[in-house]
Amino acid sequence: MSEGVLMAEIVDIVLLILLAITGIMIIRLRNLFAAVMLTGIYSLVSAGLFVVMDAVDVAFTEAAVGAGISTVLLLGTLALVGHQEAEPTHRPILPLFVVIITGGILVYGTSQMPPFGGPDNPAQLHVAPHYLEESEHEVGHIPNVVTSVLASYRGYDTMGETAVVFAAMVGVLLLLSRGPLPKRVFHEGQWITVRPGETREELEAEIKAGGPVGIEATPPPDDPVPPDRTAGEGDTHG
Amino acid sequence: MDDRVILRVGTKILTPFILIFALYVQFHGDYGPGGGFQAGVIFAAAFVLYALVYGLGNAIKVLPPRVAYACGALGVIIFVGVGYGSMALGGEFLNYSVLAHDPLHGQHYGIIGVELGVLVTVFGVMVSLFYAFAGRRRIES
Amino acid sequence: MTALGLFNYWAVIVLMMVGFYTLIARSNLVKKLIGLNIFQTSVILMYVSFGKVTGGTAPILVEAAHAEEVGETAEAVGGVGAEVVEAVEVAGEAILYSNPLPHVLMLTAIVVGVATLALGLSLVVRIKEAYGTIEEHELLDGPS
Repeated sequence: MSEGVLMAEIVDIVLLILLAITGIMIIRLRNLFAAVMLTGIYSLVSAGLFVVMDAVDVAFTEAAVGAGISTVLLLGTLALVGHQEAEPTHRPILPLFVVIITGGILVYGTSQMPPFGGPDNPAQLHVAPHYLEESEHEVGHIPNVVTSVLASYRGYDTMGETAVVFAAMVGVLLLLSRGPLPKRVFHEGQWITVRPGETREELEAEIKAGGPVGIEATPPPDDPVPPDRTAGEGDTHG
Repeated sequence: MDDRVILRVGTKILTPFILIFALYVQFHGDYGPGGGFQAGVIFAAAFVLYALVYGLGNAIKVLPPRVAYACGALGVIIFVGVGYGSMALGGEFLNYSVLAHDPLHGQHYGIIGVELGVLVTVFGVMVSLFYAFAGRRRIES
Repeated sequence: MTALGLFNYWAVIVLMMVGFYTLIARSNLVKKLIGLNIFQTSVILMYVSFGKVTGGTAPILVEAAHAEEVGETAEAVGGVGAEVVEAVEVAGEAILYSNPLPHVLMLTAIVVGVATLALGLSLVVRIKEAYGTIEEHELLDGPS
């Protein structure tokens, strides 16, 4: 028994170290294609970790969603936006500082945490024993407690999640089912909206030829753009 | 297209097994790991695989986007419908015990209905998301 | 108290900071979303760590199905059903299960996470179409 526990802990530590290495490699890679493939590996390794921590349902979902669907969606996006990340413009000293400070504070916070895996931890004492002992009498013969909690005890929760997933689909379809937005060209510190029927290159040529000609004072009527994103209020025209 | 024979034949062989496995995950979710969320994603993965290998056009012939969008909404309706069904039979919203004479059977029916709703929504949403990204025209410049 | 102590939580914090760093230090919007994904996985890992009980097993009840099966077999073989069922049920009581509640919460969080990731990616696609770039510093200060 204790040998098995020790084995599980060794596997747990090895997988956590693998996860950390994969995560750091994802940061370092500038090729987004490679980073996305590593994200898939990251999801698969974390699914293995969930199995070690007895969360078989979570592992199943993570393997199907993280390594499958979300990798496909990320690759589909890369096909649309290109897969090379730009070189950094400055050294990331400030972000590194912020991250180290935040991490240090969080590590300090864990000193108050109950030890990992303790059967008397507060999280184990409230509703969990009720679910494990009573679900057979309250929900019936459903050995998988996760299913009975998901669908019966916390049905409201699951209903909300289903609605959120549906709402996200509506949002994506609203964003991606329309034609392209009017293009914008950067000029003198502002993004200028290209008029309908004109290409970005034509506007760039106009600007190069003679300053702020042909700049739209108002956004095209069929596609409202926030006013601070359109150029030409007053100074360029008056 | 001709130089991808293994991919095409492999996909053709695998697709029915993936669909069956998704149904197994759905209906075995009471007894082992699995349930509506996982089954929906696996079901969608079969269509995504088909679209990746045979092209989006063929996949749209098998499963038109409108059907996928409708599935996304239908699942939520099934879920909420189970809730209102238990209200109509005299219980609280989503209290499945009143769905049958024996409360435990009612619970079982309710869970099956709710999991079905989750399956249909997740399947519809995942396929719609894939269609939305794959169907987008490549950006020039 | 196990040998693992608080190591799990520290590893989760490292992963969380990896995601956080990607979010604030990198200017590519797709990379930021990947960082957000790593952050999300670390939070899921943290919740699952809360639910783990050392020496426990996955929260799938074994006594009921198993006891019935064993009892039926025993009855068919020769009349000792009740005692065997009793014994197996006592053994079943002693089995330690991990906490199912964090699993339920994280299960739904993963699926919602991929839906919101898709929403973010579709915003990135529209930004690329309108501005021709997805680098944050170029969006703010113009293409270099």
